[in-house]
Amino acid sequence: MNPNKKRLRRTMMFLNAQKPGLIKDPYIYKPDSIMLDLEDAVAENQKDAARFSLFHALRSIDYRGCERVVRINGLDSPYWKEDIRCSVAGGCDSIRIPKAETKEDVKLVESEVIKAEREFGRPEGSVLIMAAIESARGVLNALEICEASDRLFGIALSGGDYTKDLQTHITGTGIELMGARQHLVIAARAAGVQCFDTVYTDLNNMEGFRQDVETIHLMGFDGKSIINPRQINTVHEIYTPTQKDIVFAEKVVKEIEEKKAQGIGVFTVDGKMIDIAFYDGAKRTINLAKASGVYKGDL
Amino acid sequence: MINAVGREIPEEILKITGKEVFQGSHHFDGYEYKKQGPVTKCVINSNGSKLVDNIHDVLVKCGIKDGMTISFHHHFRDGDYVVNMVMKEIHEMGIKDITISASSLGKAHEPLVEYIEDGTITNIESSGVRGGIGEAISHGKLKGLAIMRSHGGRVRAIESGETKIDIAFIGTPTADEYGNCCGIGGKSDCGVLSYASADADHADKVVAITDCLVPFPNFPAQISMTKVDYVVVVDEIGNPDKIATGAAKPTTDMRKLMMADYCTQFVVNTPYFKDGFSYQTGVGGASIASTISLAKIMKERNIRMRFGVGGLTKPMCDLLQNDQVDVLLDTQDFDLAAVESVKDPRHFPISAGEYANPFNKGAVVNKLDFVILAALEVDVHFNCNVVVGSDGMLTGAQGGHPDTAAGAKCAIVIAPLLQGRIPAICTDVTTVTTPGETVDVVVTDYGIAINPRRQDLIEAMKDVDLPFKTIEELRDIAYSITGEPQKVEFGDRVVGIIESRDGTIMDVVREVKPFEFRSKE
Repeated sequence: MNPNKKRLRRTMMFLNAQKPGLIKDPYIYKPDSIMLDLEDAVAENQKDAARFSLFHALRSIDYRGCERVVRINGLDSPYWKEDIRCSVAGGCDSIRIPKAETKEDVKLVESEVIKAEREFGRPEGSVLIMAAIESARGVLNALEICEASDRLFGIALSGGDYTKDLQTHITGTGIELMGARQHLVIAARAAGVQCFDTVYTDLNNMEGFRQDVETIHLMGFDGKSIINPRQINTVHEIYTPTQKDIVFAEKVVKEIEEKKAQGIGVFTVDGKMIDIAFYDGAKRTINLAKASGVYKGDL
Repeated sequence: MINAVGREIPEEILKITGKEVFQGSHHFDGYEYKKQGPVTKCVINSNGSKLVDNIHDVLVKCGIKDGMTISFHHHFRDGDYVVNMVMKEIHEMGIKDITISASSLGKAHEPLVEYIEDGTITNIESSGVRGGIGEAISHGKLKGLAIMRSHGGRVRAIESGETKIDIAFIGTPTADEYGNCCGIGGKSDCGVLSYASADADHADKVVAITDCLVPFPNFPAQISMTKVDYVVVVDEIGNPDKIATGAAKPTTDMRKLMMADYCTQFVVNTPYFKDGFSYQTGVGGASIASTISLAKIMKERNIRMRFGVGGLTKPMCDLLQNDQVDVLLDTQDFDLAAVESVKDPRHFPISAGEYANPFNKGAVVNKLDFVILAALEVDVHFNCNVVVGSDGMLTGAQGGHPDTAAGAKCAIVIAPLLQGRIPAICTDVTTVTTPGETVDVVVTDYGIAINPRRQDLIEAMKDVDLPFKTIEELRDIAYSITGEPQKVEFGDRVVGIIESRDGTIMDVVREVKPFEFRSKE
């Protein structure tokens, strides 16, 4: 398995791949992933120019550990195959499929990615895939989409198109997204992949944004798509485990490892019953704390 | 001759100007000299008004002739009409060989280009120049030398007699018929007249120009009648919309906010951040944002500022309104909130001399704890350039940059690592305007560098979680992204000098060389 499949992805920042000013150094804001967009942000007659700038950016800019995802054009467009060739040739880490509705969509993209990996001499499996769910059908088929390819690291809800399909609109309350959000997280977890929430477009309402992130954090999402670097710190802050969580997780990991050696399966930590089922969650907390720069321990 | 910042100053320039090369910021500490006084024509009879009908007549009364030095202030910024109004008349009278001594020249003064080209104006002394005037000087159209001085340096030059002003024209938002001038009131309110103070004290003839005549006495007067020879009333001295704008909206540019945050975090972790500290900042987005974030931390930690100084903006005046600072010392007002704040009894107008003249018996800048500055370029020696653009053209102003950097205990320069595709952190700045020995910290979007001369600050920051780097590391990151830029090519002729605040030569500016395409072969 590609070791990047499970990497930390709290923030995925959309950037128009055609704009040099945007794509030259977004890593200074420290998003976990950047999403270089060839689709909606780029005008129909500028697709080739955007690919050109994308290719050279991928080739020449050191993104300093930021994951480089490319959002290709829809599978119903004449552009997506060339988008994949260009992205893979440039050295992207992942491809985001827009408007995914079925497992066949994922397989179709996967086969083009494989071809491109061969054509440009990249190791097979080096390019990952994620799928954006933007319709009612996509939501209902989420599980088959999640399980369609080993390369697929996760799915993302795209709220704008999805609410249109549902014949409603973004209200700011989240009520219109409730069902999809819940369903996608469940499907992703069932398939063992990651799940990302939709963008929050009202840049001036930072309080609303914070509440939105707190909600999706509690729902179990791995992260959120963002549209401006101003949103990054809020997401990272909310996803940073508290000192209490970290201390508890550290105890759990250490105790489980110790008790396992002694042949003990169930025991208590700080008065709470703990068994092996807690191990992965505690490890995840420690890893998140490390990534957030708040854990300096030895685990 | 090589000066203390490693710049070669041609002997010929030293000979022409009679100046010395820069020998270090404190070279003249304790220096004694006698100040120059103006020729004063007494007004003893009690039947006169000082009103003169128009600019032409006042020029005649002042005895305008070829070769004179005429001075102006820049409180009306991009809205100024006074400089053009006076120079147009001088031009029409056929006067030649004028030296303009302005506290600054800006975009409002493009008509001067024509007068430079036809020899009406042959010398310019200013804090800075922009646009067409800068290009004209850089293309060698000014017959004499352009002298770029800091605000403090200009007052030093005037008071020491190095610059002898024949006629000072002081645009004033209000005046009475006896010449009491005030920056407050009228339709072209600019708040204060700080930069005109030295002109009023030392020019042989002083003319107040206003578009709002008020009954005598216009008190409290910022420029006293005791110094003013004539008063001229005109229709408009400026465009109020460009003199003081509405307060700039706080920036939402994350890059600037990030730099502001680094800056504030640095400030609050220094030993100087304690009750009673003092602070100055500029008008750039990052500087303003850092004032806003600093105010929050002051509130949280219950720390009070003793004084804020400088060109003022709304966020600084908000500190006064919110009772977080004892007093503001004001040399210039950048927005309407600052102009309005002048009426507060805790908000004091000060002269440019009180603010920054190094040849005083002490200036306010010497009492500063922090100053937050910007720069076009900073080099690995921490030298800053704020006057010459990356194309080699004169296009900026020293302002109080070298003065405050020299005075403040902690001078912080905020600059993005790249200005467009030009590295702002480089091996050698195109032109040195502020010497690196006075610059303590550089904050960029890629990290913060502390001047190795300040081991005390390095020590204070050793446990602080900020992205510290050496200045060389910052330069290397910049070059790794853009490549090492080729140096701007200049011609041989020196067209301007960058004068240090003490009157020595910091650097020279040469004529630009027209760009010539060359293929790599």
